[in-house]
Amino acid sequence: MLLWTRRSRIIAIALFAALFAVVVVAPLAMIALAAVAGSWNGVLPSELTGTHLAEAVRGDAVAAAVVSAQTAVIATLTAVVLGTWLALGAAAAPPPVRRFLDAAAHLPLAVPSVVVGLGLLVAFSRAPLLLNGTRWIVLVAHLVIVLPFTFSVVSAAQRRADPVLAAVAESLGASPARVLWRVRLPVLLPAMSASASLGLALSMGEVGATIMLYPPDWRTLPVSVFTLTDRGQVFAASASTAVLLGITLAGLLLLGRLGKRSSER
Amino acid sequence: MRRLLWLLPPVAVLVVFFGYPLALVLHQSFVSDDGVVGLANWHEVLASAEFRRALVRTVLLAVAATAGCLVLGVFLALVIAFAPFPGVRAVSRLVDVVLAFPSFLIALAFTFLYGSAGVVNAALGAGAVDFLYSPWGVLLAEITFYTPFVMRPALAAFTQIPGAQLDVAASLGASPWRVLRQVVLPDALPALASGACLTLLLCMNEFGIVLFVGAKDVITLPMLVYTKAIVTFDYPAACVVAVVNVVFSGALYALHRRVFAKGEGRAAVDAA
Repeated sequence: MLLWTRRSRIIAIALFAALFAVVVVAPLAMIALAAVAGSWNGVLPSELTGTHLAEAVRGDAVAAAVVSAQTAVIATLTAVVLGTWLALGAAAAPPPVRRFLDAAAHLPLAVPSVVVGLGLLVAFSRAPLLLNGTRWIVLVAHLVIVLPFTFSVVSAAQRRADPVLAAVAESLGASPARVLWRVRLPVLLPAMSASASLGLALSMGEVGATIMLYPPDWRTLPVSVFTLTDRGQVFAASASTAVLLGITLAGLLLLGRLGKRSSER
Repeated sequence: MRRLLWLLPPVAVLVVFFGYPLALVLHQSFVSDDGVVGLANWHEVLASAEFRRALVRTVLLAVAATAGCLVLGVFLALVIAFAPFPGVRAVSRLVDVVLAFPSFLIALAFTFLYGSAGVVNAALGAGAVDFLYSPWGVLLAEITFYTPFVMRPALAAFTQIPGAQLDVAASLGASPWRVLRQVVLPDALPALASGACLTLLLCMNEFGIVLFVGAKDVITLPMLVYTKAIVTFDYPAACVVAVVNVVFSGALYALHRRVFAKGEGRAAVDAA
């Protein structure tokens, strides 16, 4: 549309291909190649091996993967529930309260993850609530980081939702609980599943707060990838990263299917 | 009133696990190691060369990375929107996937690409590129990682421009360059500005890339918070740096909310 001559189109697309290769394709290809590289001295790995990947699904590495998956699932589920709750509650509140809640719930988005970690470290290393040194502090950090995103997505959907639906249900005599369960929540289901995808991806890759808080028995995959990189075991780190991406993608696919089904209903 | 009571549980979670810790960080920044309340920590930190370097570096890196993302992201989105080619859908799918990946992936990939034993150096001869452990390495990693964050809102805005508008402009004799400058970009400006504002915020708060690149002399504010708290256990100083960091990113975020009040949900999705 914007480019009429064949030549200018070809130039634009060639430039696009080159930039896209550098920005998106090359990094992913590097991780994939390094995950199966035995040694890498030339342009391409000189020998390929499955050892690193095999080790990434054994022992310490798989323990970290399980910890990460658990953390992501628990934190995301909690964040979706609380985010939806907050979105529904804020929508029903008077405008000044609603505006305040909207700003407050979005605020963690602007705070760097290391500061979230530092805050939890300062607040919960002392009585009355001693969480430091337990896995709970990691879960709480992930919840705080994911919550603004789930709230944001669900409350945007709530604003777009047709208020007539709930009003009709009410006028037909449905109790508030029934309206919530049969009308308000089903309308929000696609947004809830989309927000869960977002939360899962964020939580699986979270490193800033986790690295400040993790106890020895609750080390997530990104932290163990960092430990490996720091020790110079870059191939093992790549293999673990590949596992991390695999888990994330599998989770996203699953949630995508759920979301599709819920929006078709 | 009962409606407000229903809000209590989620609000309590926010207050206890986010508000209270942040308030304690602010409080702690005024309490020195031996329990004296005052501005001693602030004087010490603000006067240190380390802090000033980190502050300048953070702002410069974030601004430069955002500018880079904007140029690159707008170009890539323009080609997808206005010069589509076979496989363009697979390309935008891949962009969506990359958005879900953690930033440290880029830093790790960079060691294989541009490290001293990396692919580029192997191809061009040892020492051909040597920027990874300098601010340039972090900058390029941030541009690489955050470009899709600008690209997606840009693409969304470009595809909403009616094709007829462009055709009319072109039929009246406007050059492609002029159509781009006078029709496409003004129309997409709000989306681009909003995307750029968020990218700036995310780049200021970026930690994974800086940590994984691990260049000794590239210290940003979040990195300084981490080293002060975890490596040297200097909590009061860490809190001062954290407060400064939050003030900067909070101001940016407030600006973003003010200017782009609509489409908040979209913004958060793009931020992720």
